[in-house]
Amino acid sequence: MTDAPASGPMHPVLPHPDCQDDPALREAQEQRLRAVWKKPTGWRYFSAVNNDTVGVWYILTAFGFFAFAGILALLMRVQLALPDNDFLSMSLYNQLFTMHGTMMMFLFAVPIFEAVSILLLPELLGARDLPFPRLSAFGYWCFAIGGTFVAGSVFFDAAPSSGWFMYPPLTSEPHLTGIGADIWLLGLSFIEVASIAAAVELIVGVLKCRPPGMRLNLMPLYCWYILVVAGMILFAFPPLIAGDLLLEMERAFDWPFFDTTRGGDPILWQHLFWIFGHPEVYIVFLPSIAIIASLVPTFARVPMVGHSWIVLSAVGTAFLSFGLWAHHMYATGLPNISLGFFSAASEAVAIPTGVQIFCFIATLLVGKVKRSVPMLFAMGGIAIFVAGGLTGVMVALPGFDWQAHDSYFIVAHLHFTLIGGVVFPLLAGLYYWFPFQTDKLLSERLGRWAFWLMFVGFNVTFLPMHLTGLLGMPRRVWTYPAELGWDTLNLVSSAGAFVIAAGFALIVLDVFRPKGRQPLAPRNPWGSPGIEWSAAVPGESWGARCVPIVTSRYPLWEQKDLVREIDEGRFYLPDAEEGQREMLVSDILDAEPTQVQRVPGPTYKTLLAAALLGACFIFGTYKLWWLTGLCAAGTVAAIIWWLWTGTSQIPEKPEKAAGRGLTLPLYASGTRSVGWWAMFITMIGDFSAFVGLVFAYFFFWTRHEAFPAADAGRPDLRLLVTGLALILAAWALMELIRRRHAAGGIAWARWGCPLAALLGLAGAAAFAGALWSAGLEPTRHVYDATCWVLVLWLGAHVSVGAIMQLYCAAGSWAGRMTPRYDADLHNVELYWNFMAATALCSFALLGLFPLTAGGP
Amino acid sequence: MDDGLSSFRLPRAPVAAAAAALAPAALLAGCSGPQSWADTAGVEAEAVARLLWIMVAAAVVIWLLVIGTMLFAARSGPSDPRGRGARGLVIWGGMVAPTVAVLALLVAGLILMRDLTGRTGELTVEATGEQWWWRIAHAAPAGDADAAPVPTPNELRLPVGRTVEMVLRADDVIHSFWVPSLGGKLDMIPGRVNRLHLTPTRTGRFRGACAEFCGEAHAQMALPVVVMQPEAYADWLAGQAAPAAEPADARTRRGRELFLATGCGACHAIRGTAAEGKLGPDLTHVGSRLTIGAGQLPMGRAEMARWIADAGAVKPGVRMPAFDMLPAEEIRLIADYLVSLE
Repeated sequence: MTDAPASGPMHPVLPHPDCQDDPALREAQEQRLRAVWKKPTGWRYFSAVNNDTVGVWYILTAFGFFAFAGILALLMRVQLALPDNDFLSMSLYNQLFTMHGTMMMFLFAVPIFEAVSILLLPELLGARDLPFPRLSAFGYWCFAIGGTFVAGSVFFDAAPSSGWFMYPPLTSEPHLTGIGADIWLLGLSFIEVASIAAAVELIVGVLKCRPPGMRLNLMPLYCWYILVVAGMILFAFPPLIAGDLLLEMERAFDWPFFDTTRGGDPILWQHLFWIFGHPEVYIVFLPSIAIIASLVPTFARVPMVGHSWIVLSAVGTAFLSFGLWAHHMYATGLPNISLGFFSAASEAVAIPTGVQIFCFIATLLVGKVKRSVPMLFAMGGIAIFVAGGLTGVMVALPGFDWQAHDSYFIVAHLHFTLIGGVVFPLLAGLYYWFPFQTDKLLSERLGRWAFWLMFVGFNVTFLPMHLTGLLGMPRRVWTYPAELGWDTLNLVSSAGAFVIAAGFALIVLDVFRPKGRQPLAPRNPWGSPGIEWSAAVPGESWGARCVPIVTSRYPLWEQKDLVREIDEGRFYLPDAEEGQREMLVSDILDAEPTQVQRVPGPTYKTLLAAALLGACFIFGTYKLWWLTGLCAAGTVAAIIWWLWTGTSQIPEKPEKAAGRGLTLPLYASGTRSVGWWAMFITMIGDFSAFVGLVFAYFFFWTRHEAFPAADAGRPDLRLLVTGLALILAAWALMELIRRRHAAGGIAWARWGCPLAALLGLAGAAAFAGALWSAGLEPTRHVYDATCWVLVLWLGAHVSVGAIMQLYCAAGSWAGRMTPRYDADLHNVELYWNFMAATALCSFALLGLFPLTAGGP
Repeated sequence: MDDGLSSFRLPRAPVAAAAAALAPAALLAGCSGPQSWADTAGVEAEAVARLLWIMVAAAVVIWLLVIGTMLFAARSGPSDPRGRGARGLVIWGGMVAPTVAVLALLVAGLILMRDLTGRTGELTVEATGEQWWWRIAHAAPAGDADAAPVPTPNELRLPVGRTVEMVLRADDVIHSFWVPSLGGKLDMIPGRVNRLHLTPTRTGRFRGACAEFCGEAHAQMALPVVVMQPEAYADWLAGQAAPAAEPADARTRRGRELFLATGCGACHAIRGTAAEGKLGPDLTHVGSRLTIGAGQLPMGRAEMARWIADAGAVKPGVRMPAFDMLPAEEIRLIADYLVSLE
């Protein structure tokens, strides 16, 4: 049960390097590190890419959207305080509730997890930065631009107003909704791309950037949760992106995916949305539990009880969360067998959640708990969340949910889980890690006031809503008549909302009040065991003085003299001799260091790329196709510029001394490089989106007597075979090029890559030709539209693949890619493996499946 | 490590504990209402309400136990990390107890689901969701199998003690049919047919509402529901099946002329006249209904005139245009005619 204190024999603490005894040397090292990791100042401030700058921007922006969405909620509460009220108009109220949900989920809950993780992860791992700092900056700028665009629409009376769930046909008929639905679909797709980018970075960070000795079983719980949640993002967001694509294609080009008169079905959207939407709930909940898991041992003063059980429970929750999406669809008329299955899966998720919470309680029991504001928020959050969980297992029963669904009972339930399970733990984390980032403590007195205001205000607001729901008040109503007995309850809820707001305002005040005269916090003020607290006060921008050897789950408690040795630079990478930003890359299981990775510094290229991509989506929203195309081309150019000048640089020497007598290579290709893993993980996510489209195909098949119908055109089989053969040839050629090139055949890269690009593009064209020649028209019937969207997906991906191949060829011509330094080629080869899989699946669906010509 | 925070103590009685303990009392006292699913008037709603009260009681007990344990753990002194307390807590509290609880709940839920579905109706009522009203049609009175269903929009009347099968459809967007006092909700989805069974157990007037957000006037898509004695229901249905009454006086006759001349018949039907529109509710017996505009105004001459003059002022978003360009007297005449159609 209580896991044996795990300590690794892998890294016996060696005699300290004597050279670090020299204070003058240490001083010189520190100056070099300081210069290399210096934050850009003045007007160049926004070119920063380092995780601790971008992380802070990210957190502030996400909390900014949180406050904005909270103000929208207050306006709604004013409107609902009295029956037949006219404080807000119907159309504004509909925009506000849509934006409140949309912003809280897409612009706060998910981004704040990524923001906190970007800020913390390197420090939790004793690393200096994330493996792709410019990718984090790019993700941040996408989020900031896209979020501002979506949030700003409310000021122009153009905000989406069909609910955060965007059910068609209400959203697919352009005459029923204005530009708002396009803003939702395109603006949020843009942000989802940024979320996936951050997820990729975090996964690679956890897997490949751990300090020497930190085998997987020694990893802090927070990192486990990051790994699990980022993995969930990878499988949950892509189906929504696929859904967004289908819905926007219907809105913009009349492809009838959700139009029942042409074979479409609005329920498909609900599946795609909730396959995203329910894991989403755990995507936002698990990171907050991770924060509690970080606090509990600190304040209980003992190691976590049941460390491995918590990890298993988190994985179990993630797994289950993909099998219960349909519990949002109980009222759509699913067959009983499905209802039973999804009900059981929904109930089951209570068990891993129970394990996690009881591990925390058991740890509190074992230790002597030190009372503090962070613990107050954590325990208050658990108290609220447990109540939300208890109503959760109720609404997981279909029979009960048929009454509760879409009533205020659900509004109460979801706010208990999300505010108790997300907001309170986050605020606990804010109080806990604030001194870590700013070297100042937040006020304990204000913190207690804020907690009690928020806790009491929360219960005054949301506890009565269970009853309001029981009395039959549906969700998403801008007004209600007086005679239904809802008046008093609503008035109480509205009053409570302002108490919550007052509590949050106190926190904002505390965070932003000038703290110039306040003394610095003591080093490691809470007596935490985590390596992130080894940083000196005041902090330095280098992240870690050197990369330590970690042999314990609680290094600051269990590894003697660790902090002093870190301060004295007695571990890895204590210096920046070449004036480059460097970090250690290690292998996945045992965290043996394998490479010194150089990471790029400040740049505006990421901001430029994000701005162009944002413009591309925004012009697309307004159907300004020429400008959209122009910006898309500009984005590709900016990204190529960024990659060409910042990644896979050939180092001036093959390897360097990393400290403690260890010499490591400065460059890695294939599975040993972080870039290969990033490509692999990205393509897993990308392939999930493709699977979403395949799901759509089979979903339509189940909805039709025959799919394709007997009178529908069949894609030309000969052209399809040709297309498949060409794409497989491009893939095989890539494989061959990579091998021959590694053996010294430079010409293979220079001439083979463009040839492979041509083969691939010709293959995609043959696929399109197969539909074209058979007369498939995407606006005619959903079968035609589904075929075309598959080919569209394939064509877009092959085009990107062709750009990558040309990039490799150009790299070879320019001398930035050689047989010894060929990471780009490995990554592109990997990409083409996925292209081969995509082409095979598309071929099977378009060419072989119609041969069966049957219905389900 | 003394940072001055250790003096802080949690208060003894958390507000939520008190609130949760008081909640059942408040629930019992204040759960009645025309749209309440605790104030039941149907077999289906009663089955859910019974389970509700058991679950609420269990949830309060579980919450008090879990949070009480947490507060106790936070106050207790250190104990042996390898002792049985911590281990037992996780195994019994975190695994066994939730497993048993959710299994019991699942069984109860599946039994409930079995009871609520898979039934047959003694009579059939078709209901189609429209933006933002209910196109309802009852099967014609017994004995006339070929007769067209009787349109009775925006009002549902049911005989007590009989199981009715609601056949649910939608024309434009997704709606959800929900009469909480009688039973749970079921979505109305374009391109699909859903079937919901309701068995009223007492007569009275209840209120339903659209439960799926369906666009602008979603909040004002209500449905008056009347449960009647079977004989009264039969009489009512026979009346509804008949064509519209001829105007009884000059005023209503003039109202009918104006109704037809103004083009109301483009959207509305009045059986027995030239008005055969299908877009809006059938008005053949509109005067016999309890409300105007899907539960928005009580039936009456002044209210009808107000609705005709500017329906959007009562129900923002409504598809019916304002007719306030007509002279007020003409509107009153049309209103009088419509209200006379009982």
